[in-house]
Amino acid sequence: MNPTTMLDHIFQPGFFTSEEVRTALLVGGVVAIISGIVGVFTVLRGQSFAGHSLADIGTTGGSGAFLVNVSPLFGFLVFTLAGAGVMELIGIRRARGRDLATGIVLGVSLGVSALFLYLDTTFDNTSGAAMTVLFGSIFTISPSTLWPVAIFGAVSLVLTALLYRPLLLTGVSADIAASRGAPVRLVGLGFLAALAIAVGLSAIAIGSILSTALLIGPAATAVRLTRRPGVAMLLAGALGLVFVWLGVLLSYDSYDWPPAHHGWPVSFLVVGLFFVTFVVVEIGSASGRSRSRRGARAGVRPVGVDPVEAMGN
Amino acid sequence: MFSGFMIDTWLAASIVAVIAGVIGFFVVLRGSAFAAHAIPQGAFAGAAAADLIGVNPLLGLGVFAAASALGIGWLSRRGRHDVVVALMLVLLLGLGSLFVSWNTQYGPELFALLFGEVLGVNNSQLAPTLLLAVASLLAVGALFRPLLLASAVPEVAAARGLPVRGLEIGFLVVVALATTLTLPVVGALLIFSLMIGPPAAARSITARPVVAIAVSVAISLLTLWISIAVAYLWNLPVGFLVGTLSGLAYVTGRGVTWARRRSVSGGATS
Repeated sequence: MNPTTMLDHIFQPGFFTSEEVRTALLVGGVVAIISGIVGVFTVLRGQSFAGHSLADIGTTGGSGAFLVNVSPLFGFLVFTLAGAGVMELIGIRRARGRDLATGIVLGVSLGVSALFLYLDTTFDNTSGAAMTVLFGSIFTISPSTLWPVAIFGAVSLVLTALLYRPLLLTGVSADIAASRGAPVRLVGLGFLAALAIAVGLSAIAIGSILSTALLIGPAATAVRLTRRPGVAMLLAGALGLVFVWLGVLLSYDSYDWPPAHHGWPVSFLVVGLFFVTFVVVEIGSASGRSRSRRGARAGVRPVGVDPVEAMGN
Repeated sequence: MFSGFMIDTWLAASIVAVIAGVIGFFVVLRGSAFAAHAIPQGAFAGAAAADLIGVNPLLGLGVFAAASALGIGWLSRRGRHDVVVALMLVLLLGLGSLFVSWNTQYGPELFALLFGEVLGVNNSQLAPTLLLAVASLLAVGALFRPLLLASAVPEVAAARGLPVRGLEIGFLVVVALATTLTLPVVGALLIFSLMIGPPAAARSITARPVVAIAVSVAISLLTLWISIAVAYLWNLPVGFLVGTLSGLAYVTGRGVTWARRRSVSGGATS
């Protein structure tokens, strides 16, 4: 097989000319970069559950917006921001209290979601809409979504950048941070707001599965590979971008794959890539760690992010 | 409301409420709400798979629920529990969407598994539900004391030589078992509400474990009974009622604690 036909095989006809593919690559790429960056703090602070719940809460807002005929974008943003606020309000600062607060908010939101979807299907008979809200489809995004996603994504990034140092400090120890006069609760709330905006947008654009995958997958892997949060953010953004594009490409190619011959879902392909990478890095760093534990006596430092040291840089 | 097929609904719902009340107590105590959310959603993928190859959905639910419990247990050997749960959750949901996309005859039955079909429970579902319920209650009974200690003060449990990690995996498997039995009745999304709201309310009212479990079961029974009655009378989705009433139970529980604390401090000053 000569190189040209092989390339044709990888990038099948129409991949570069299709409007849907271009939108999917653009929106997916922007969302991947934003999610990767915000995701690093989400992973470091142990707020994956909140990150995922906000996506589900956002889809509730989305189906509510369907119902009253306003732009789903508003539904998503209003619900995720309100959800983040209530979580912070009832959340106790200990980790277990936070888990519970997130659970309560998510539980109520799922109930409301059941009502919205029921009303939607009763009055419009669009159970397809319900599935789209839940699973999303990166190939059906309208090109006009790109600008709101980019603008609100930038807002979320600016918020994260402003909170960068206090977030690292409160991440090390809330008690030390509080004793130094850092507004721990305000910083936490600010970050939840940044997370809510980022997740709300990504959930509306690419569905709640991919949204959580892009938030946690690249960041979890990046944090295993480097100890510096700034580097981890760059790495996570890059990993997210590459995997989303790879997922879109594979999904486009999968139209002739068995068994159904109508394409594999992008969400599955991207999630699969992330999961395999995470497990490989996890196993690799586990054996690396046992090696470096032996090496520690010989002066070799173990891997893993150390926020105290990172702050000194 | 109490005739014919509705009898099966009341029975099945009561079994589900008892299980959710008991297991939910440990979910709240251990702070494993995320796992309790992920395992049922992962099991949903199993139902999609079973639907695809044409076997009993209960089998698919069970296999996938158990696989996600073991996967979470295995991968979180080294902390960062929440990251592992999140990745496992999206992996299974991704698989679910793959199976749904392969299935040419996707029907509303799968959608019903997300939100449950408590008003459509039929007689043949009762026996397996009861069997699984007894099995998970026995498992909780057998693990009760060590699980309680390992959940409340893990450091002390580890120091006493209890297998904390083994207990964690065992508990996740019990959650998976409970999921398999409750999912066809109340749906993947709503088991979660039922496992969090009532037990959290009970925990804020009393600190004594056995009393808290009893209160939790009572609140959860009440929540589900009221939900079914209202859903039946006004034709509303059960999921909506279960979700909001569970949240309301928690808010009421917090309110009771707050009022009690106020009256105590008020009594002290006067």
